[in-house]
Amino acid sequence: MMGYTRRLTLIAALLGIVAVPASAEEAYDPWPGLVQDIFSNRPMNDGGNVIGIEMPYRAEDAAIVPVTLRSKLSPGDARRIRSITLVIDRNPAPMAAKFELGPDANVTEISTRVRVNNYTDVHAVAELSDGRLYVSKTYVKASGGCSAPAAKNAEEAQNRLGKMRYRQFAREEAPASRVREAQIMIGHPNNSGLQMDQVTQLYIPAFFINQLKLTQDDSPVLSMEGGISISEDPNLRFTYVSNGAKRFRAEAKDTDGHVFRNEWDVEKPGT
Amino acid sequence: MAVIDTGGSLRGGEALLAAVRARTSKPIRYVINTHGHPDHVFGNGAFVAEGTSFVGHSKLPQALATRGPYYLDNFRRIMGSDLIDPVKIVPPTLLVTDTLTLDLGSRRLALRAWSPGHSDSDLTVFDETTKTLFAGDLVFLRHVPVMDGSIRGWLGTLKELESIPAQRVVPGHGPVSEWPGALANERRYLMALLADVRASNKKGEPIRTVADKAAASERPHWELFDDYNARNATAAFSEIEWE
Ligand SMILES: [Zn+2]
Repeated sequence: MMGYTRRLTLIAALLGIVAVPASAEEAYDPWPGLVQDIFSNRPMNDGGNVIGIEMPYRAEDAAIVPVTLRSKLSPGDARRIRSITLVIDRNPAPMAAKFELGPDANVTEISTRVRVNNYTDVHAVAELSDGRLYVSKTYVKASGGCSAPAAKNAEEAQNRLGKMRYRQFAREEAPASRVREAQIMIGHPNNSGLQMDQVTQLYIPAFFINQLKLTQDDSPVLSMEGGISISEDPNLRFTYVSNGAKRFRAEAKDTDGHVFRNEWDVEKPGT
Repeated sequence: MAVIDTGGSLRGGEALLAAVRARTSKPIRYVINTHGHPDHVFGNGAFVAEGTSFVGHSKLPQALATRGPYYLDNFRRIMGSDLIDPVKIVPPTLLVTDTLTLDLGSRRLALRAWSPGHSDSDLTVFDETTKTLFAGDLVFLRHVPVMDGSIRGWLGTLKELESIPAQRVVPGHGPVSEWPGALANERRYLMALLADVRASNKKGEPIRTVADKAAASERPHWELFDDYNARNATAAFSEIEWE
């Protein structure tokens, strides 16, 4: 049965997508506390000319919100970005990921996908080789309706466990350029561990990729310390400068102690 | 008596119950949830009573456990505490893994659980007596389809769904319509979306670009297109990448 009342309720829900939150909880700003907890209260400098963060203003799918981190340092700048920490302020575990950038790999752009539980500020904090922290931020509205930061197809996510893919993308630079754009995908449900089973009142155990190391031959390109805010099937797309290595390697570890390793020929794009 | 889906709030469920009671005093034996989205299950609490069984897909309890708290928070934001605070998540206890027939005496309801399509807990109800199919959100009319399961799975399900010998369908969103003609627009939309995200992935385009372009040709045909299409495209792209 689907009566008139149900339709009314539905219409209210659907129209409500554009509603703006206005509770006391939203007025509280978690960022100062996060600076203390994650960065030991180290001074934060304006990152406007150092690090860019791009996300859609509205998280269309709360389980898969694309985020791009981009270096804004000019090529002539003597400093380099050592690490970038991505913080989703109002998520249950705000530190989404910390990326370490290989000293010789010149990574200038990193894109990944995250879960967003709430209307929230998202901060990117870059640590430069001068030892200082630089911060940029953006704001994301979690979507309404059917969107949830959980797996759409829990079984399939489980079946992909540990599968890895590497892909290289064509770039517009001259053919001789050593700049590469690549993507790593890892099949993993990345369960958050913060979801309460309504029946047993127990938390569903956390199970996620907490470490990923990418190298060209043995030279570090990019590594990630991941949290539960990284979407199911972690996906990293990034640029780097080739050192002429023939092999691209990936090693991932999860919270259950699984280690997944794979390597690919860099000449051949694709899987 | 069986009730299929209960609305998006306890109050909605209570209004539905009152509408039922205005017509009949027969006991409600079954409350069937076609899947776990809040607009279909949040009224369950109104029907909790001695002798009433809640029926759903075998994956529905897990879906409600992992998503229920988020749905509550999010719907509270959208619809207000007055409507959402009274809502209790009531998971099904009579579970369907494949098919199940409920005998109501004067009619038989054939229930079928599907693999992930619209969601990962889709269940349909076919009333064999009146040849009416209650399709839940596997069938959308007018309202743009919302994909929260698997786009390839959904298209596969449509092929099988089509062979159900119904004369009419009660869709999850949209008017009661003739069967299986009611599927045409939805299938066209899903196929366009699938073709577009496949093409984007092949070209190496990043996920953020598909939200704007995939299935753009479908915009004139649907209500609420701009509210859900970008979401569908993002979800479909992340599925297609693993093909
Ligand atoms: Zn639905």
